[in-house]
Amino acid sequence: MAEMTMVEAIRSALRFEMERDERVILLGEDVGQLGGVFRATDGLRQFFGPARVVDTPLAESVIAGSALGLALAGLVPIIEIQFLGFAQNAYHQLCQQLARSRYRTRGAHPAQITVRAPFGGNVRTPEFHSDSMESQFAQNTGLKIVMPASAPDAKGLLLQSIRDPDPVLFLEPLRGYRMISGEVPEGNYTVPFGKLRTVREGDDITLVAWSGSVPVVLDAAEQLSERGISAHVVDLRTLVPLDEAGLVDALERTGRCVVVHEAPATAGFGAEVVALLQEQAFYSLEAPLRRVAAPDSHYPLPGVERDFVPGAHLVVRAVRETLDA
Amino acid sequence: MRIEAQFLPPTEAVEPIRLLDESGRLAGGVEAPLDSARVLEALRYMMFGRAFDARCWSLQRQGRLGTFAPITGQEASLMGSALAVDPARDWLVPQYRELPALLRHGYPVERVVLYRQGHPEGGFVPPGVRVMQYQVSLAAQLPHAVGLAWGMKLKEESGVAMVYFGDGASSEGDFHESCNLAGVVGAPVIFFLQNNGWAISTPRAIQTAGSDIAARAPAYGFPGVSVDGNDLMAVYLVTAGAVERARAGGGPTLIEAHTYRMGAHTTADDPSRYVDPEVERRWAERDPILRVQRYLAGLGQWSEGTEREWNREIEAEVDDAFARAARFSPPRASDLYEHVFAEPTPSLERQRRWHLQAPGGEQEGG
Repeated sequence: MAEMTMVEAIRSALRFEMERDERVILLGEDVGQLGGVFRATDGLRQFFGPARVVDTPLAESVIAGSALGLALAGLVPIIEIQFLGFAQNAYHQLCQQLARSRYRTRGAHPAQITVRAPFGGNVRTPEFHSDSMESQFAQNTGLKIVMPASAPDAKGLLLQSIRDPDPVLFLEPLRGYRMISGEVPEGNYTVPFGKLRTVREGDDITLVAWSGSVPVVLDAAEQLSERGISAHVVDLRTLVPLDEAGLVDALERTGRCVVVHEAPATAGFGAEVVALLQEQAFYSLEAPLRRVAAPDSHYPLPGVERDFVPGAHLVVRAVRETLDA
Repeated sequence: MRIEAQFLPPTEAVEPIRLLDESGRLAGGVEAPLDSARVLEALRYMMFGRAFDARCWSLQRQGRLGTFAPITGQEASLMGSALAVDPARDWLVPQYRELPALLRHGYPVERVVLYRQGHPEGGFVPPGVRVMQYQVSLAAQLPHAVGLAWGMKLKEESGVAMVYFGDGASSEGDFHESCNLAGVVGAPVIFFLQNNGWAISTPRAIQTAGSDIAARAPAYGFPGVSVDGNDLMAVYLVTAGAVERARAGGGPTLIEAHTYRMGAHTTADDPSRYVDPEVERRWAERDPILRVQRYLAGLGQWSEGTEREWNREIEAEVDDAFARAARFSPPRASDLYEHVFAEPTPSLERQRRWHLQAPGGEQEGG
């Protein structure tokens, strides 16, 4: 075990897998010489050389699309999209081509590709850098969506992603790159997909979150406990596959639930969680299910981003309203 | 001192390379790059392609086949290029108008029949066949080909990737991104542009104000070439040159083959709304199959008797393709749930169980 920040855990997973499997290559903008704008790939080029850690032209579509060809040629590509917002420029390659390749070839041409991308707000980035787009990708089946919220999960889920036979969108909360740290197991450590993580046990209300919203929800749970309210907090870890049984179990512990995410509310992934619980756990419900999400507005300039990204105070308010219902 | 800014001028149109004229005569002093055995091999695929088009067209009009894109008129462009690559080590990445090239590269014709019938099995690519599936989202196949070529280079294999696309697809962003990356990494890829004059109803002149699309290549740092796409010999010559250069580590080439779509974009199109019949007549005189047949006749290797015999054999081969496709079981609703992921997710599995157990859920499709 070693104490690591999230970005260090990611780097250690990349290095471990590149040493273990020589088919693994990294490509993206500024991932080589610079080591990535957040240093997630720092030092890897010196270690593995420019043929395996490739600085590409600034062109998201061909970064994503060429990865499918590289995979067909027998390599295991990990691509970095510098900020998730720019994945819009590669959307057709990611969602239409990579995600559908296995299906449309009856299994002949699977796409074992990991797409890493940081996202999320409250770090004063320029426009288009902070958008949370996970639900846009979740509508595209064939793509797995992995969203770690802790340092050990960042390593364990990333190793699992690289080895997964399907294309994986591995989303990294950039607010947590250095703010989140923890004890990370050494060596070959993997975390399976589709198993949520119980972050905090509680009896009064279930709080569901993922990625950068998990610390917000934990903050809210702390404030609630000071008022004698005990929150049960779960981290989904992966949206696709979704731990349906784990979610139902978490809801049944309290009968009340608030889902929290950073993307705008309408058609956000919270709607999927709420619909699932309504379908599968209706008779365990003690109160209406609630979502706390960003407003149906655009990610703003930094001056108002703290009002856009849901804060712990809004989670606390939604919990109180749910308990009063 | 007054400094005059030097602006690069627009490129000028160049005359496409041509070896065989319309009457099937080789240009003076030119040695044929293909011997007659290989020309006969190419012609067989070319004639099969056209006969397969005719059969599919008839079946589509009877409601027994889905919409498809015919290849008629583009046979020399396809076979001149396909003969220059090696099915054992090179990859062919198609758009959707390449049937005879795919067959020569080892793709089974019954899969094409199934695809046009709408059967999911039409998407399968057998192991060892270095062909990607048809691409309907235009230009999306270009990045894949660059990745394939680059991957083979990284693995120090000798293969190249040849990717087909059209004049319409050359306007897509993926064309630019792919040429640019291929140039930067020196990928052994051949960008084979079939300029057939039309993107559905949109003529070449509206796709770009530039002279030749091939003229863009030097800006990406690699050569481009313009060739008569209805001339089997010339297409083979330039493609073989590009393949040789790519294998030797010389990187990509953009080949623009000037050909013509002799007919509709697809079975759903009505070209009488936008094509001048006089233009069609002129291109009919440049028919790529007639040109090869005239060339072979000049060598004493083609006659009306041979043509009748080939037509009979080819009709039987087309019959056989449909007979082999007919041996597949009809598609089923359960096909929807296979190969979405390596292992189904819990939600997909739940949906499958409910859907297929509901009354009328699992039934044979059409």
